[in-house]
Amino acid sequence: MAAISLSGVHKNYGAVPVLKGIDLEIADGEFVVLVGPSGCGKSTLLRLIAGLEEIGGGLIRIDGRLVNDIAPKDRDLAMVFQSYALYPHMTVRANMSFALKQRRLAPGLIDRAVEEAAAKLGLSELLDRKPRALSGGQRQRVAMGRAIVRQPKAFLFDEPLSNLDARLREQMRYEIRKLHGELGATSVYVTHDQIEAMTMADRIVALKDGVIQQIGAPAELYDDPANLFVAGFIGSPAMNFLDAELTADGVMAGGLMLARRPGPLGGKVTVGLRPERMAIVAADSGLPARVDLVEPTGLAQLVHLDLAGQRVKLFTTDRRALTPGDLVGLAIRPDDVLLFDPAGGKRLSGW
Amino acid sequence: MRRGAWEPYFYVAPSVLLIAAIMVAPLITGLSYAFHDIILLDPLSGDFVGFDHFRDMAEDDSFWTALANTAVWTSVSVALQFGLGLALALLLNHPLPGRRLVQALIFLPWAVPGFLSGLTWAWLFNPVIGPLPHWLKAAGLMAEASNILSDPHVALWGPIVANVWWGIPFFAITLLAALQSIPKDIYEAASIDGAGPWRQFCRITLPLLAPTILLTVMLRTVWVANFAELIVVMTKGGPADATQILASYIFSLAFQRLDFGYASAVAAVLLLLLLGYAAAVMALRRAMAERG
Amino acid sequence: MMLRVLRILALAAFLLFALFPLFWLLKVSVTPTDLLYGEGVRLWPSRMTLDHYVSVLRHTQFPLFFRNSLIVSAATAILSTVAASAAGYAFSRFRFRGKAWVAGLLLVSQMFPLVIIVAPIFRLLAPLGLTNSLIGLIVVYTAVNVPFAAFLMQSFFEAIPKDLEEAAMMDGATRFQALRQVILPLTLPGLAATGGFVFSAAWSELLFALMLNSSASVSTFPSGLLGFISKFSVDFGQMMAAAFLALLPVCAFFFLIQRHLVQGLTAGAVKG
Repeated sequence: MAAISLSGVHKNYGAVPVLKGIDLEIADGEFVVLVGPSGCGKSTLLRLIAGLEEIGGGLIRIDGRLVNDIAPKDRDLAMVFQSYALYPHMTVRANMSFALKQRRLAPGLIDRAVEEAAAKLGLSELLDRKPRALSGGQRQRVAMGRAIVRQPKAFLFDEPLSNLDARLREQMRYEIRKLHGELGATSVYVTHDQIEAMTMADRIVALKDGVIQQIGAPAELYDDPANLFVAGFIGSPAMNFLDAELTADGVMAGGLMLARRPGPLGGKVTVGLRPERMAIVAADSGLPARVDLVEPTGLAQLVHLDLAGQRVKLFTTDRRALTPGDLVGLAIRPDDVLLFDPAGGKRLSGW
Repeated sequence: MRRGAWEPYFYVAPSVLLIAAIMVAPLITGLSYAFHDIILLDPLSGDFVGFDHFRDMAEDDSFWTALANTAVWTSVSVALQFGLGLALALLLNHPLPGRRLVQALIFLPWAVPGFLSGLTWAWLFNPVIGPLPHWLKAAGLMAEASNILSDPHVALWGPIVANVWWGIPFFAITLLAALQSIPKDIYEAASIDGAGPWRQFCRITLPLLAPTILLTVMLRTVWVANFAELIVVMTKGGPADATQILASYIFSLAFQRLDFGYASAVAAVLLLLLLGYAAAVMALRRAMAERG
Repeated sequence: MMLRVLRILALAAFLLFALFPLFWLLKVSVTPTDLLYGEGVRLWPSRMTLDHYVSVLRHTQFPLFFRNSLIVSAATAILSTVAASAAGYAFSRFRFRGKAWVAGLLLVSQMFPLVIIVAPIFRLLAPLGLTNSLIGLIVVYTAVNVPFAAFLMQSFFEAIPKDLEEAAMMDGATRFQALRQVILPLTLPGLAATGGFVFSAAWSELLFALMLNSSASVSTFPSGLLGFISKFSVDFGQMMAAAFLALLPVCAFFFLIQRHLVQGLTAGAVKG
């Protein structure tokens, strides 16, 4: 197991910059998730660590050793691909033995290692099947088995759960996390799904347009987002953003006082409100809002409200009956009002 | 930092070296003959003559006839090969009993050597030993059961038919492959939207096939323009240059008149014309790609 | 229903058109010489004979020509496929400086009449002792066929996901090892199709066979076939018998591989 260190990493595709100076320290045994929208550069970053792409600038170290010029086969990293990339003409056993055969391990040792890994993943009965005879979930496990059997310095995951249905994804999230607990392996995991990031990561690296937006534990990104992007990306349902103003008395939107906080005057501000952090109260006890649409989810309801002309989504386990057109009151705690600079998106703090 | 950058060169090297040595170098040599007077077996020839051959070409009726014939030969052959090949591909794209066998049999003509195909068809058109003139007369398409290859007005049709017979499988295979790569659900969506088979063909099949079609047709056109074997074997360019195309003219200049210099000059002109054509098609393809 | 019947009829028409000349060839090859001109138009001779075949096999050098063709075509097929696979792989997987130039080279090499390079090639091979030899022919045929074969192989490689090699490289293989152990087994149909295609192209080639090799010991069957014209003042019966014999291997081969050609071209086709 090893630590991975990236400093000043750049990458261009032709004239287009894809990664613009990435600095990241991953500790030995840590599970780090790279998350961001399509095109943010997360897969490229993973592939640079793997050695599958040439680095444009900067340094990558694995266990202190500079690996910029080292071929993928010599970096001792294992990768789980989005499409699993199982060798179609080989059995599961052969798939899992391939890497060890390249290293010229003794056949007896190879068989043992394969059987152990298969047992861990529940693949023991499938060892003699070919990939086309396996289900999606089984193939995913074989891909992981292939990685585990090598006992590499670190694991790299490239959106491994994207091709699975929702139920399987939940299950595999659990299994990957458990495996990480057992093996204690350094892992770099790429996904565009913020739920995977939140549930699996020791630390999350949020990327956008080739630049790191924030690094931190899931709770940090949730409670204390550094900018609009992170605030809007993390958390489901997504955070509400409202146009507001800073006045002498506090933050106001459309004539309504959202948070009474004396502070510096001036200018427009973007307010972030988490849907689950508000409550519905009697119409005269809170901010006046009109119900636009209600989406029940069984456990809770997602209520779309009109607040002084702006749309606000509320997520509440309060299952009272509401119909479009109803006038209700919206209760917001001042601490839940996050402020962002509309130009640039940075989080305004010091309140 | 450039680790492994030499790899791709290692992979293409054998092909590039072979082609450079066996095709490009000789091509350059061959083209240089165009500027020399080279009569085979005449040890006194070999002088540099500049553009003389090209001047002669401008006044050579045979050359201009051959150029016109090349245009007809190429366009008609390719149009028919393509049209019939497409029809065949469309037919084969449906499940039918015994399709595999039928498909394999229908593609056989491609395996036949060009000159053999020419010989066989020449034979079929010969009223003394072949059936076609008699059948054509019986069908009312010909007044007399004569050999079309001896009639300057229709002689070119002989090699064209042989060429089409031989060339349909190529288009059929390529177009069938392209047809089979179009996802079925596009057609299903169109059916739901009320489009009949013809509409679907025009609006879905053709546009999706267009890039492949363009490239394939271009390659094929160039290839057909250069394809002298059938004509040399069936008519030798006659009667009276009626079937002479540039490629066969080059052939007869080189091997009958032994005038390699002039032959190379004509070849240079043909090559230039085809390069221009190819460039135009590539530009068209790029324009299409940018638009759609 | 009507459409289906029409389709079947149309296919039948195509089938007839495709097979008729071959059938005619067969018919002439079994027609006795004395009936050749008199019964020219009949669909089948009144009296059948295998004399032509016997004569071709026993009294001519045709078996030798056949053997030479076999050697040359097989060798060309193997060499072309190897070189073309390497080039096709490079085009499919790599981006490299000069890629467009190489592609252009391959394209241009298919655009001129080969007759123009016959003499220069003769002058190139003669001092090397490669004229009038099977090896010289193999070298020339390989070069001439590589461009299209590379185009075919590139198409076949495009059908295989790139992350298979990447997985193998992560697992400790060099790219070449990945190519050998993982990718090539998956392109076997493509290799067969390309090899078969080159085989039939080499088998059919006339121009260089005629111009480069003059002695009978190294002649291939196309030039041998034309020999029937001068020697026997057009002995059609024997010529067609020889032609039919020569067609058998290549037709059989083609019969078997054409399905793979369609399959492999499908993958890269729409992407161009």
